[in-house]
Amino acid sequence: MRSAPCPEPAIAVSGLAKRFGRGWAVRELSFTVRRGGRVALLGANGAGKTTTIAMILGLLEPSRGSIRVLGAEMPGQRYRALARVNFSSPYVDLPARLTVRQNLAVYARLYGVRDPGARLRELAAELRLEPFLDRPTGRLSAGQKTRVMLAKALVNRPELLILDEPTASLDPDNADRLRSYLDRYAADSGATLFLASHNMAEVERLCDEVLLLKGGRLAARGRPAELVARFGRRDLEEVFLEIAREGTDGDG
Amino acid sequence: MAEPPAHRAVGASLGRIRAMMLRHLYLMTSSWPRVLELIYWPTVQITLWGFIALYLAGRGGGLAGLAAAFLSAVLLWDTFFRSQLGVSLSFMEEMWARNLGHLFVSPLRPFELVLSMFAMSLLRTLIGVGGAATLAIPIHGFNVVAELGPPLALFFVNNLLFGWSLGLVVSALVLRLGLGAESLAWALVFLVQPVSAVYYPVAVLPEPLPWVAAVLPPAQVFEGMRGLLTKGVFDTARLARALLLNLGWMAVAGTVFVLLLRSARRLGLLLQVGE
Repeated sequence: MRSAPCPEPAIAVSGLAKRFGRGWAVRELSFTVRRGGRVALLGANGAGKTTTIAMILGLLEPSRGSIRVLGAEMPGQRYRALARVNFSSPYVDLPARLTVRQNLAVYARLYGVRDPGARLRELAAELRLEPFLDRPTGRLSAGQKTRVMLAKALVNRPELLILDEPTASLDPDNADRLRSYLDRYAADSGATLFLASHNMAEVERLCDEVLLLKGGRLAARGRPAELVARFGRRDLEEVFLEIAREGTDGDG
Repeated sequence: MAEPPAHRAVGASLGRIRAMMLRHLYLMTSSWPRVLELIYWPTVQITLWGFIALYLAGRGGGLAGLAAAFLSAVLLWDTFFRSQLGVSLSFMEEMWARNLGHLFVSPLRPFELVLSMFAMSLLRTLIGVGGAATLAIPIHGFNVVAELGPPLALFFVNNLLFGWSLGLVVSALVLRLGLGAESLAWALVFLVQPVSAVYYPVAVLPEPLPWVAAVLPPAQVFEGMRGLLTKGVFDTARLARALLLNLGWMAVAGTVFVLLLRSARRLGLLLQVGE
């Protein structure tokens, strides 16, 4: 009996490095994320999280190394993968003068969604966007905007969802609702979640694996509980602090 | 029967171009001042130059034909100016909105983005210049279509194409240099104006500027326009040269755009641009 072919990993990164001027933002980074995996990329500010995400998405060309996303080499073969990937990040925005409905309609069409109207209604109901669907995106509160950005990131039902600080500007209630939604989405669709976050509780709840970056290198990786046990700490936050402060005087 | 993959790919590509046009149409129609602005400056220009030309014609001395040449030149220059601005503004809107990162991780190809910018530029130019040309009929009794006839379409297309090339270069430069360089969208076009022989013949230019004018499509257009209005002769060879020059400039502009986009990808500019 032949076994089913093992699908390519959602993300496969090998020997990845990025240099800006004289400094290295990312150095010799290698990891894989299996299909359906939920992986968090952690690290202090400047650890290389956003640079890594940008390279995975093909927005930034690596100085060295290779990246495969859903089987496509990045950035060379990015158009084989991009229709099945989506992302949200505080570093990018949506046109402020367009209404939420207009922005989502444009992105639904860019991603080739078959029935943009139906998908928009679905997202509006699931993410509670109806009260402000016809409001310009620039006039939304930070929390409302975060939900709209997530709706944009989900418009094509991505197989790989990459989120940079997904709940950073949300109050605890909305952040909790959003995590529940992401949890359900990943479980129901089998999508891969790859997120960068500073919220350790969020990571412990949503992710089954953690990649901890320091100075652009992979400092630790494993399941959240494994890391807590390996470092002899009470929770992931303590592990994060230990790694982040290792070799520094603590004021950085 | 299933659609062939090539047809599907073309259909998807057109869908993405339409999506980008829709994005700009939403923006345009979200604010009446934006629509009014499209025809405001061309109208101010045609009104001002119309009165200057009428004044000069009224002084006699065989200046009557000059009025038509001036007004045609104003409209054709504005075609070039608006088409350039139409491309660069569409691109800068994405930078102002910090939306480039989203666009460049979507399936939208750079050539589709460029084609959507061209389409929006054509629309903006038709509204702006078309509006001004229409207003010139009751205000100055000047009908550019009647004056220039069918060659007007060729003059229009040539200036439109060169505006697109320059707009593409401006967009690439603003992407590479940042929004601090956005004034290039307004400044660069006026660098071209003196050597484009808009209101005077190329013969007026001192050496070596006629050599520069020789490789600029607008200079061919304005010389051709004056020849048609003053001698009644349409110089086909000159317009063919303009078209060839435009193809060359478009190739240069496309290469600059691709190279600077690649450099932006290397430097991480696609995530960091914004106000």
